[in-house]
This record gives sequence, C-alpha cells and structure tokens, in this order.
Amino acid sequence: MTTDTTTRPKGSEVTYTPQDGLLLEVEDLHVEFHTPDGVANAINGISFSLHQGECLAILGESGSGKSVTAQAIMGILDMPPAVIPQGHIRYCGQDLLTMDPEQRRKTRGPEVSMIFQDALSSLNPVFPVGWQIAEMFRVHRGMNKSDALQQAVALMERVQIPGARDRVKAYPHQFSGGMRQRIMIAVAIALDPAVLIADEPTTALDVTVQAQIMALLQELQEERQMGLILITHDLGVVADVADRIAVMYAGRLVEKADVADLYAAPAHPYTRGLLESIPRLDQKGQKLSAIGGLPPNLMRIPPGCPFNPRCRMAQDVCRRDLPLLREVAPGRLSACHFAEEVINA
Amino acid sequence: MPEVVLSAQNLVKHYPIRKGVLKRTVGQVKAVDGVTFDLHKGETLGIVGESGCGKSTLGRLLMRLEAPTSGTVAFQGEDWSGASGREMRRLRRNIQIVFQDPYTSLNPRMTVGDIVGEPFEIHPDVVPKGGRRKRVQDLLDLVGLNPEHINRYPHQFSGGQRQRIGIARGIALNPSVLICDEPVSALDVSVQAQVVNLMEKLQDELGLAYVFIAHDLSVVRHISDRVGVMYLGRMAELGEEDEVYSRPTHPYTQALLSAVPVPDPTLRGKREQIVLVGDVPSPANPPSGCRFHTRCWKAQDICSTEEPQLVLRPDGHGEHLSACHFAEAREVVQTVDVSDREPDTRFSTLDVGDIPGLDTGPDGVVEEHSDLLHDDTARPPRDTTRLVDEEPEGPRAR
Ligand SMILES: Nc1ncnc2c1ncn2[C@@H]1O[C@H](COP(=O)(O)OP(=O)(O)OP(=O)(O)O)[C@@H](O)[C@H]1O
Ligand SMILES: Nc1ncnc2c1ncn2[C@@H]1O[C@H](COP(=O)(O)OP(=O)(O)O)[C@@H](O)[C@H]1O
Ligand code: SF4
Ligand code: SF4
Ligand SMILES: [Mg+2]
Ligand SMILES: [Mg+2]
Repeated sequence: MTTDTTTRPKGSEVTYTPQDGLLLEVEDLHVEFHTPDGVANAINGISFSLHQGECLAILGESGSGKSVTAQAIMGILDMPPAVIPQGHIRYCGQDLLTMDPEQRRKTRGPEVSMIFQDALSSLNPVFPVGWQIAEMFRVHRGMNKSDALQQAVALMERVQIPGARDRVKAYPHQFSGGMRQRIMIAVAIALDPAVLIADEPTTALDVTVQAQIMALLQELQEERQMGLILITHDLGVVADVADRIAVMYAGRLVEKADVADLYAAPAHPYTRGLLESIPRLDQKGQKLSAIGGLPPNLMRIPPGCPFNPRCRMAQDVCRRDLPLLREVAPGRLSACHFAEEVINA
Repeated sequence: MPEVVLSAQNLVKHYPIRKGVLKRTVGQVKAVDGVTFDLHKGETLGIVGESGCGKSTLGRLLMRLEAPTSGTVAFQGEDWSGASGREMRRLRRNIQIVFQDPYTSLNPRMTVGDIVGEPFEIHPDVVPKGGRRKRVQDLLDLVGLNPEHINRYPHQFSGGQRQRIGIARGIALNPSVLICDEPVSALDVSVQAQVVNLMEKLQDELGLAYVFIAHDLSVVRHISDRVGVMYLGRMAELGEEDEVYSRPTHPYTQALLSAVPVPDPTLRGKREQIVLVGDVPSPANPPSGCRFHTRCWKAQDICSTEEPQLVLRPDGHGEHLSACHFAEAREVVQTVDVSDREPDTRFSTLDVGDIPGLDTGPDGVVEEHSDLLHDDTARPPRDTTRLVDEEPEGPRAR
C-alpha cells in the first residue's frame, strides 16, 4: 500500500499535490435547503483549512450543520433540495465545486473519504464485508478478485478485527457495533486517502468501544499522515485527540482555536456556556449551569448575532449587527462583538 | 439512612429465544440475572453499564411493566410480585417511569394536557375531574413549560421540552420513585444541563427517589448519591458515588471509568487508560464463573469456575459492595472536589425554567423543531407511554 503523500498517482490521470501540506480549504461555504416550508439556511459562510497530519475537530450541537458540511466536502449532498449558492471547497488547490462530476467522483475514496456515525446503515447489508472492502481495490485499483480479497483481509487485520481471515465472508449484521465501525474505517482508508472525515464516529458506541475506535483512528492518522476532520458534539473526545477546534452554531463557525487555548479561555459566550454545562467525570460536587433556550430554527435565524436570544451578554448591537469571525488574540478567532471581554473573563 | 422505598431481591428476567416453525425454545437471553439492591427515600441511585447489560430491563422490572422470571420487588416493604390487578394499580401510583427518547415516547396524537393528565384517568381518585386541567397546568409550570401550551401536540415542542413533558407526566401522581431510563441521552449538551438541573430541583422539592439509568458516566456521577455498575445482567459493583468513582475495586468499573474522555486537554495522555479487548459477550451465553473473566486482565483460574459474590470488600478507605475475587481499589480518575466552587453564571444559568429561544414562532410555539431530520413522520412512534400503566377500566371519558 502506498504511503507516499506528496504525489498521488491513483490510477487516474489527475494527480493532486498539496502545497506546504495544505490539503483542504473551505472558503465562505453556504448551503441552503429548499423545502416546501421554505429555505433552511443550514451553512452560512464557513471557512477553514486542513493540513497533512492535522486533526481538526468540528464541534456543534445537533442541527448546527456539521454533517451538511461533511456532505458538501464529499459531494454527496442531495441537490435538490440542497443548493450551494456560494463558496469554494479546494482540495490541493482545485475547486471541487466546479470540477467536472466524473473527476470529482474520482476524488471520493482515493483522496477524500468519510466514515459515518451509523455503520449499519452505511454498509451494504446484502454483501459480505470483505467483498465491500475488496470492491474498493477492484474498482479504483483495477485489482483482480483474489488480490483484492487478499488486501481486504490485510486491512481487516489492520483495523484489528479478530479472525479477519475467517470473517471476510460475514455480513454487516453479524458484527457488533464496534466491529462494524472498524469495517467502515477499513472501507474508508482502503485507498489511502489524504483526508478522512469522521462524522460522529463513536456517538452510537459504548465508552469502552469508543476508546478503542478513537485510538485506532489516531494511530492510522499518524501512520498515514492523513488530515482528519473529526465531527463531534463531545467536548471530551475533542480534548483527547484534536489539534484545532472549530465551534459551529446555526451554520456558522463562532470560534476557532488550538484546542489547549480554547479550553483554557473560550472566546465566545456559547463555548463558555457549553463548558460550564457539561458534567465532568473527574469532578465531585459540581454544579451545572445551563445555556437557556434552544438553537434557532434555520428558516428564521434571528438578525444580528444568531446566538443573541440565548446569550446572557447580549446588547442592542448583538440584535442588530452580525459579528464576523475575527482574530481577537493571536491564533484565536471568535464571532462575538465582545470577544475580548469573554476571553479575559 | 432514610427508609427504604423500593427493594429488589434477586431479580431475574430471562427471555426465551425461539427458533424454527414450531417456535421451540432453544435458549434464554439472561437480560437480568440476579440483581439485589435497596433504594432509599429521596436518593438517586445511578445505574451504568454497557449497552445490552440489562439496565432498561431492570427498569421495567422495577416498574412491574414486566413480570420477573424470579425474584421480588417490594415497595415500602410490601412485596408486589404476587399483587392482584387492583393492588398493583395502587402500588404503581408510587413508581413512575420516564423514557429515553423524547421523540418517540410521547403519543403524537395526544395533546400535552392529555399526556400529562392521563395518569389521572387511570387513578381517578387522585385529582377530582374538575380540578384536573388546573393540576396539569401546575405540573407544566413546575417543569418549566408554559401552562398555556396545554393544548399543543408533542411535535410542537423541542426534544428538551418533550422530556419536560415526560417528567411532568411522571410526577403527576406524586410518586415516591421515578425510574428514569436514559432521560437526557437524546438531548443536546446545552439542553441536557437544563433537564438535569430541573430533575435535581424536583427531587429536592418533592422528596422523590430516582433510579437514574444512563450510559454516560459523567452525568451519573453528577446526579447520583449511589451508583450500581451492571455487567451482563448482574451488578458488578455498588456503592456511594465517591466509592465507585474514586475507589472502584472491580476491574470492569475501573476499565469503564478509564475510557471516559474528560473535557480538559491538559490531561491528554496523562490519564490512565485501561483498554478492554473485545466486546461484551452475548447475554444468551454468559461466561462461566465471573462473567467478566473473558475481558479481565486480572483473571485467574478461579474466575472462570467460581462466581464472585456481590459483598462488602475493602476499598482502602472503608468497604463497599463488589463482585470480584481480587477486588482492589485503584484510583483511575483523579477527582477534584468542587462542591464549594460556585458555577460561573455569566454565560449560562442555574434557572431550570425553559427559556424559549428564537426557535419559537410568533406565539411562542416551537415550529417543528429546527432539525428537520427529527421529523416525526420519519420515525414511526413506538408509543411507549402505553406501557406506563394498564388501560383504565371502562370506556374513557374523552
Ligand atoms: N423483550 C425482549 N425479548 C428478548 N430479549 C430482550 C428483550 N428485552 C431485552 N432483551 C435483551 O436483554 C438484554 C438486555 O437488554 P436491555 O435493553 O435491558 O439493555 P440496556 O442495558 O438497557 O442496553 P442499552 O444501553 O442499549 O439501552 C439485551 O441482550 C436485549 O437484547
Ligand atoms: N436533506 C435535507 N433536507 C432539508 N434540510 C436538511 C437536509 N439535511 C440537513 N438539513 C438541515 O440542515 C441542518 C444541519 O443539519 P446537519 O448538518 O445534519 O446537522 P448536524 O450538525 O447535527 O450534523 C439541519 O437542521 C437540517 O434541518
Ligand atoms: S455577539 Fe453579542 S449575542 Fe452574540 S455571542 Fe457575543 S455578546 Fe452574545
Ligand atoms: S473475579 Fe476475576 S475475572 Fe472477575 S473481575 Fe475479578 S479478577 Fe476479573
Ligand atoms: Mg450529524
Ligand atoms: Mg436501555
């Protein structure tokens, strides 16, 4: 299996070469859903970048737009109802959004790959797992059947599936949740992608299994120098594995920072509130303090700062002017009019 | 210690596995396999354990939604295993249940008033008919919902609000015990704390005892006075919150605790990690001796032949219940006592009321919750509320 990450000939004519390790650049991305009830503004101008060997966490509550972001990068949004009115997604400098569909399809798997929260519904129930992994090698690498199956077994061993050789012919439902997630990881990394997007990879799993899966993902990332986008709502998981974190709220990034900096002093009231409202395993007698209310309906995001109805610091300006994501301290970005006060609070 | 309100003795629930056209019984799923504990007035007993270890089944047995295969449940000393229908109804008033999924556990065709007031139909003597609407409105107010929303339907509320509805229904009959099966697991982090704080406030005001079933060990530590750790239908360890979290003696508890990520990057790589190999074995075929021996790094020969009893074993400080032949305290989590630290309320609030965000429409209604993916039509309702009490006798006055 090739581990060469600088030039990536993948059987197709196109090669992608990252400049200075920069793999992915999302710029001012917007996604709308045109539904019979109206337009849901799911993503409202987000920008971030991802480098080789880096783990970027995208943190947000349900409905904040994490999965839509991932689907937009993968090019698997249903259009319609989804519309991308604006923005760029560049992979090694080439805009995936303007690329011809055939070439785009060829990036999916060999270049950018994804694992989903629910392995059972993402794997094909009617084909043996070994066959599903082998299929990647046959379609994209033109391998013959037996070579591909050979590779599949090796990969199943790599993701630590016990008795891999005997279980290549088993079907997804014959595996436990944790094992299915390993199989999905095997499918995702089969073609040695440069970017791996993991959308809540452990949310449906027990903590013991979560720990195993996160350890495996970290190991694979290190070994292959992948850029990893870890999508999660769990501040604990982020603290354990991510290098950088982008906090999402109502389809916007409200804060971006190195993980250590963010936990030490959040620069946005939403992040502050979140950290205050989660119970910690290592604390006794902790009092929880909650963020009141709910995230907004994406069809009617409030004017000004989208967080203002729930924000205890909100002033008139917050109900009027949208705060833009700006640098409020070295390496710290926040979309709050009063970020300087928050970060020093 | 306060009086015992609920007592489980040797509870067992086996589900037959049937196969073939003749539906012959070919085995038993040992969902709960000998669980004993007492629940005291006003306390919270947390129940944790991996998926499939029998937590929900235990909850249903305590509520007597299902009959145990063997063993007893006693309410205030009164065994109700053999209770008649009438007695059962009387006893059941005292024990209510709140389910996990606020998206499926409420009947979508009933108004909030009907849902919260339904227990009064089954127990008409609790509140006279004329006073019911007022009582339901008081309940809504108590759980932080707008009493004027009594005629709305579940889909008009968000997940957190629906969980409040479930809680209002649960406390309608003034029970002494509320069994909560993953009450906050389906909620977003920012909403979880609202509901947890509400539950704590209700407990203080109403003197409720909770059996709080959850897989989230951090939430359980926060809310529980005592904690039971289940593994494959049995209790592995049971003790005060501090005993179980600061001085766990059972290897399974230690492994569970070590796997929980803590939201503090300065601890990265510094926490002890016990990595368990493999998955939980099937409850249809639990390992011999100690059920944990197939995954335990301390296992000796005796572990596969002799089942360790859940008895008091030393934990370095005192002793608490543990079912391990080689029980030995190990501090997996370095605990910081923060009981005198006041929470920072500059960005969040201790108020347990439901503060509507802008998700609400002009008249304060949440319009089909913002997340279209939670569309009710996409997930057919399981209507588990039906399970809570048996049908009232006679035709329903509605
Ligand atoms: N009605 C039933 N018939 C047959 N088996 C059942 C039934 N209810 C539960 N079980 C089995 O009993 C075991 C315990 O299930 P239970 O739902 O109590 O687990 P749990 O600890 O609540 O898990 P989770 O964390 O996933 O909610 C499981 O193996 C389950 O498949
Ligand atoms: N196929 C779709 N049709 C309409 N709206 C959608 C669709 N997929 C997602 N959305 C909307 O986009 C928002 C963001 O969704 P998503 O990215 O899945 O959130 P999450 O952060 O939980 O992953 C949701 O609130 C949802 O309303
Ligand atoms: S801009 Fe205003 S409303 Fe928005 S987070 Fe900052 S203080 Fe709160
Ligand atoms: S009894 Fe033996 S196998 Fe069971 S937990 Fe203790 S050491 Fe491990
Ligand atoms: Mg999602
Ligand atoms: Mg359960």
